[in-house]
Amino acid sequence: MNILNYKSEAECAINNPVLQKALANLQERIGKGTAQGYRELPEGPELRLKAHAIRMRSIENLDILLIALADGIRKNGGHIHFAYDGKTALKHCLEIARKHNVKLAVKGKSMLTEEIGLNHALNDAGIETVETDLGEYIIQLAGEKPSHIIAPAIHKTKEQIGRLFQDKLGIAYTDDPPALTRAARKALREKFLQADMGISGCNLACAETGHITTVSNEGNIRMATTLPKVHVAFMGMERVTADLKDHEILFRLLAMGAAAQKMAGYVSYIGGPARSGQTDGPEAFHLIVIDNGRSRILADTDFREMLCCIRCGGCLNVCPVYGKIGGHSYGYAYSGPVGAVVNPLLMGINRASDLCLGESLCGACMEACPVNIDIPRMLLLLRAKLAQGDKTWDVKVKSRVEQVSFAAWSCLIQSRPLYDLFLKTAYHGQKLLPRNNKMISRLPFAGKGWTQSRDLQPLAEQSFISRFKDNFAEKQND
Amino acid sequence: MTSTKTVTLFVQCLVDSLYPQVGEAMVAIFNKLGISMNCPSDQTCCGQPAFNAGYRKAARAAAKRFIKIFENSESIVCPSGSCVNMVKNHYQELFEDDVKWLERAVQTGQRTYELSQYITDILKIEDVGACCNGKITYHDSCHLLRGLGISEQPRRLIRNIKGAELIEMLESDRCCGFGGTFSVKYPVISTAMVDDKVHNIIASGADIVTGCDISCLMNIQGRLNRIGSSVKTLHIAQLLAD
Repeated sequence: MNILNYKSEAECAINNPVLQKALANLQERIGKGTAQGYRELPEGPELRLKAHAIRMRSIENLDILLIALADGIRKNGGHIHFAYDGKTALKHCLEIARKHNVKLAVKGKSMLTEEIGLNHALNDAGIETVETDLGEYIIQLAGEKPSHIIAPAIHKTKEQIGRLFQDKLGIAYTDDPPALTRAARKALREKFLQADMGISGCNLACAETGHITTVSNEGNIRMATTLPKVHVAFMGMERVTADLKDHEILFRLLAMGAAAQKMAGYVSYIGGPARSGQTDGPEAFHLIVIDNGRSRILADTDFREMLCCIRCGGCLNVCPVYGKIGGHSYGYAYSGPVGAVVNPLLMGINRASDLCLGESLCGACMEACPVNIDIPRMLLLLRAKLAQGDKTWDVKVKSRVEQVSFAAWSCLIQSRPLYDLFLKTAYHGQKLLPRNNKMISRLPFAGKGWTQSRDLQPLAEQSFISRFKDNFAEKQND
Repeated sequence: MTSTKTVTLFVQCLVDSLYPQVGEAMVAIFNKLGISMNCPSDQTCCGQPAFNAGYRKAARAAAKRFIKIFENSESIVCPSGSCVNMVKNHYQELFEDDVKWLERAVQTGQRTYELSQYITDILKIEDVGACCNGKITYHDSCHLLRGLGISEQPRRLIRNIKGAELIEMLESDRCCGFGGTFSVKYPVISTAMVDDKVHNIIASGADIVTGCDISCLMNIQGRLNRIGSSVKTLHIAQLLAD
């Protein structure tokens, strides 16, 4: 049922020393920088809690805010389209492309377009689509998938990129990062100038003003959204804020969560096409607001909180599991702790069961989240659905064997005499198991996973409870 | 030292069955501090394994049993951060639709303490008069640190052990990779995580690694033993009892 290759991809990543070093470096630099940044906020780290409340309020008033945003965008001369699913969103985009006779599109980085498979659809329609974020560009040339929400090419070395550019851009081999960046810049500049359509995601939107906000550190999104004659922006329906006051707080926390920055290098507020007399900006602006499963999350109060996420990727930069397995193991647009909750909710809980179960529940993600989302709480709820099945989310019981084991465990712990009997039997049974320096070195059945790389303390001959009864309780009564 | 306080020992199932010496160390500490104790002999498990694996019905049954056994105790003390976090925080999630049990869960949770927290915050003792010659490094277990917000209390107790030197390892607050069934279901990922932890422990130059959760320590000890390291793993209660 589980279609992801979580375990094998994870093992691959763990055995890749280059990736391991890159992930450790990323977490050391950005993960720790973000934690420091929160402490230094003028309002203090409690701003994260305020931001959580702001996001929840927006989510709970989403219908009103989206109508206001649509009105604002139209007033600014833009067009707005609502897409129930990815397919409808693609249809809207292709229609716009056809209308404007688009041959070449340049794109700013957007995980949402990754979610709906936009590049693939555009290519199928004969429209060349070029990623312009340097990391995304590298990934696109290599024919791979991004492995981090904001650092998509984190898994590649400068030598690999040097060979890739030699092969794809026809330049002499170099692994000098500035030289490689210059080569990409030159190649991309030509695409920017030729492109008929610019595509971007949307980091935040503001209902009060009717604008969307894009942030980048390379300036590519600004170029992609101002040079071509038409700009199409994709926005997850949850990304709207009520007013500029809320927007400002989230916008600062976004930069801090994403890159430990006080503010991103390039920030654009885009409210529509260029007005007459303006020299910059597209002739037409379209905003495609996408549901694609988000209404279902909104409808479930247990998971509604997940819509607070602003996709900064901050949780990836601290997660000890992501820090080992990298982004590709998550098998979908979103990786790390956010992916472990969002992917199952969007693609099916059974299909992504490894994401719900393959986390250690350490809670580091929640502390790193700029809007303080309780990801462990939701992982536990997803596990409950897999354990017991769930009609609302069409979840089938993941393991009958485990279900029976826990039913047996439940009986066992309801009676101390029965529990003692079990411990005694297991104590004698464990004598058959091999030892390494007094510890058990090989366990049977489900325990095999443990002793693959670790030894286990054996069961004591007498439990503490029984020792206490024999040795301490009486003495105290004396 | 005498006190009018009585503590009720809440013994984590892993301590009860695998590491009874940790429970005995806790008894020795309270004896030393003149605190009287009782230990309900019918206790088994707080339900955390079932809760973490998603079996909420089984977890709820275990929680009800726990509450019935412990709810009349004055102070409930446990040598495990994650079990205390279960009782204090997760029981409320289990009973969110059951007002009667929720009230009992909250009442019980309010009187439940992790060992190092009880000694420092409630008894207001930072030096239990323990001795131990050696360099000690401390692992922050996740639920103790992030669920209960306890990090300074155990460190203060360790610093006051005569003859001991507390050396901080790198990333002491990073998960050791245990995660309950996670360690068995995803052994490759879990091992990669515990390897980082073990690396930082060894690199610290400490002779002893300690912590307030035997589950993490069991994971760390299991890996240290497998790779033949001489670093000793001891629960904080064992250090404080000597």
